[in-house]
This record gives sequence, structure tokens and C-alpha cells, in this order.
Amino acid sequence: MKKQTVLLLAAVAMLLLFAGGAWWYQNWQAEKASALARENSPTLVPDHAITLGPASARVTIVEFFDPACETCAVFHKHVHDLMAADPQRIRLVLRYAPFHQGSRAVVKILEAARRQDKYWETLELLFASQNHWASHHKAKAELVWPLLSQVGVDVERLRADTNDPALSALVRQDLLDAAKLGIRKTPGFLVNGKPLTSFGLPQLQQLVQSEIDARY
Amino acid sequence: MRTIGLAAPPAYGSNMTDPSVDADAFDTNWLILFGVWLMACAATLGSLFFSEVMDFPPCSLCWYQRIFMYPMVLVLGAGLVPFDGKAIRYALPLAVGGWLTAFYHTLLYEGIIPESAAPCSQGVSCSEDYSELLGFLSIPLLSLLAFTAMVAALLVLYKRLDK
Repeated sequence: MKKQTVLLLAAVAMLLLFAGGAWWYQNWQAEKASALARENSPTLVPDHAITLGPASARVTIVEFFDPACETCAVFHKHVHDLMAADPQRIRLVLRYAPFHQGSRAVVKILEAARRQDKYWETLELLFASQNHWASHHKAKAELVWPLLSQVGVDVERLRADTNDPALSALVRQDLLDAAKLGIRKTPGFLVNGKPLTSFGLPQLQQLVQSEIDARY
Repeated sequence: MRTIGLAAPPAYGSNMTDPSVDADAFDTNWLILFGVWLMACAATLGSLFFSEVMDFPPCSLCWYQRIFMYPMVLVLGAGLVPFDGKAIRYALPLAVGGWLTAFYHTLLYEGIIPESAAPCSQGVSCSEDYSELLGFLSIPLLSLLAFTAMVAALLVLYKRLDK
């Protein structure tokens, strides 16, 4: 056998080993995520979580997100489109996984705006202005404050509400639940308790569709 | 023309240019270099498995070790077909640089050097613990073992070719 052949065969063998290992590991992780989601299904939709869509919907998307995460901003639009296509059958539950530095303060602003019924407007504003206040993977809440008047919230009241320890407890609880479910990246989706194990828009659409087909 | 009898023994690395040497011979020297290449490939793919498949974010020291390790796959690979002993001259500085970084990283990871001396100011801490997934073998120790074996094998080969 030629040296070139030996080298080539060795390289191919190692690449195959790598690909096989990756395939095996991802399957194993997907199984683990499903098992974790089954074990922790009662913690998926706590009373404090904000929801969108009819309570009677039989398909529930639970999304763990970080307002400072760019992919979350992109997927926020995708999820809206998904729901708009089938408004009676899909419900969205938003949970927090503020993994970025400084994100927790922004989540508190969002939750404080919820007390003034300005949650969704504030969320849109945060995602639309994300480049401004969350550059280089660091969320800067102080850059968010001047923007808030745009959505018509009472900023003074909002500032007082962000100091409420209940908000810190809420964020802590969501982070704890995210850890239990093995969510290490955002956005993290679970549809009717089934985790999205391979990330991507087509995969999410497929998972939602399969649940719609199963429940209706 | 074979270098026999009174002819001077081949200078180190010169057999590449000697067309009479059988290009297909799997001599010990070739096998040693092939072994080091295999280690470089395993370390490269292994580190990519940790970061790309298992989602362990590489710390800055890990990146320096990657900078030393990854080129060796190509440098040694090029030195294997046809066999070129000069590849050692190019691979050894990389291996030594990687070894020094891995040694420092291991000291840091094992707590022998305090974390405050670590150069990582952002991102992942260089002493973050992932060892629970690998038993007693931590990632920095794995790197140190690989670089040690590679430096040793390259030195052995250097001596053999120098004779």
C-alpha cells in the first residue's frame, strides 16, 4: 500500500469516527433532554409566566429566552408568524434564561412593564433596539431606560417596581427551571413538553406541526 | 544511486531528495512521524468535538494550544508524503510552544498557580471544571499528555535522523 493511501485512509477513518461520535452524542443528548422534560413537566408553565394566545389552545410552546440574545430576537418574529398562521391552536409561554451579562436587569424592566400592561410593546422595543443596548454580549440596562418613554410606560413607577424582590425571585426560578431542563443556550423551545433537540426554524415548524396534527 | 560504501551517510532529511530511496517503504522513521501526525489529528478532532459537538466553550488558553496543535496536522501531513525529515524542524517549535502553554494551563487548572494570575479576563475561566465528564483526566491534562508525547517522539526521530 502506498503511503498516500495509508494517510488518506487514516484521515477518512478519523473523520468518520468524529462524525459517528457526533451523531451518537447528539442522539444521546436528545434522549436525555426528552427525559428531563418529562421529569420536569410540572415546572414548565408556572403561574408567573406570561402567555400569549388562547388558554384553550392545545399546543403550548414554551420558550426560554434572553432579551439580549440575537437569535431570540430573530425567533421572536418566527414564533409570531407560526402563531399567526394558526391563532386558535397555539399558545406561547415565555420564560427567562438571561445568560448574558447584565441581562437580568433588563428582564426585570420587562416584568415591571408587564405590571403596566406594556409587556409586549416593551419586548418589541427591546428586540428592535437590541443592537444599541446589548452590544458585545453585554446587556446594559442603563441604555434601555431612556428608550422606555417610547412605549408609554410610567418610568418612575417602573423604576420602583424593578426593585421588587418578587422580580428577582421570578428570574431565579426561571433560571433554576432552565437548569433542570438542561437548557444551556437560548432560545430554548419545548412544544407540549417535547424539547426542540435539533435547533433551527424548520425543525421548530415541524415540531409544532406534528403537535397540531396529534392534538387536533 | 544508493548511498553505500564510502558515500557519506545521508544528511538528516536528505533522503527526501534521493530518488533511489524507495518511496513506498514503511520504515520506522516514517512510522514515528505518522504516529505524531495521528496524535495531532486526534487532538485536533477531539478539541473540535468538545467545542462544536459537546458545546464546551474554549477558554483563551485552550485557543493558544489550538493555535499550536492544528497546524501540525498539515505540517506533519506534508512531511509524510514523501517522507521529509525537515518537517521536524517546523513541527517541533509548534509542539514545544503548545507544551509550554499546556503545562501552564495544567498548573492553573490544578490550582498550583492562583486563578488571579490567569490571563482570561472575559468569557470562560481557564480553570472552569469539566473533569466530571472525563473522570480524572481533565482537558488541560489531556492536552499536556498529547504535547509531551509529540515532543518526545519528534526528539527521538530527530536523533535517529541525525545519526
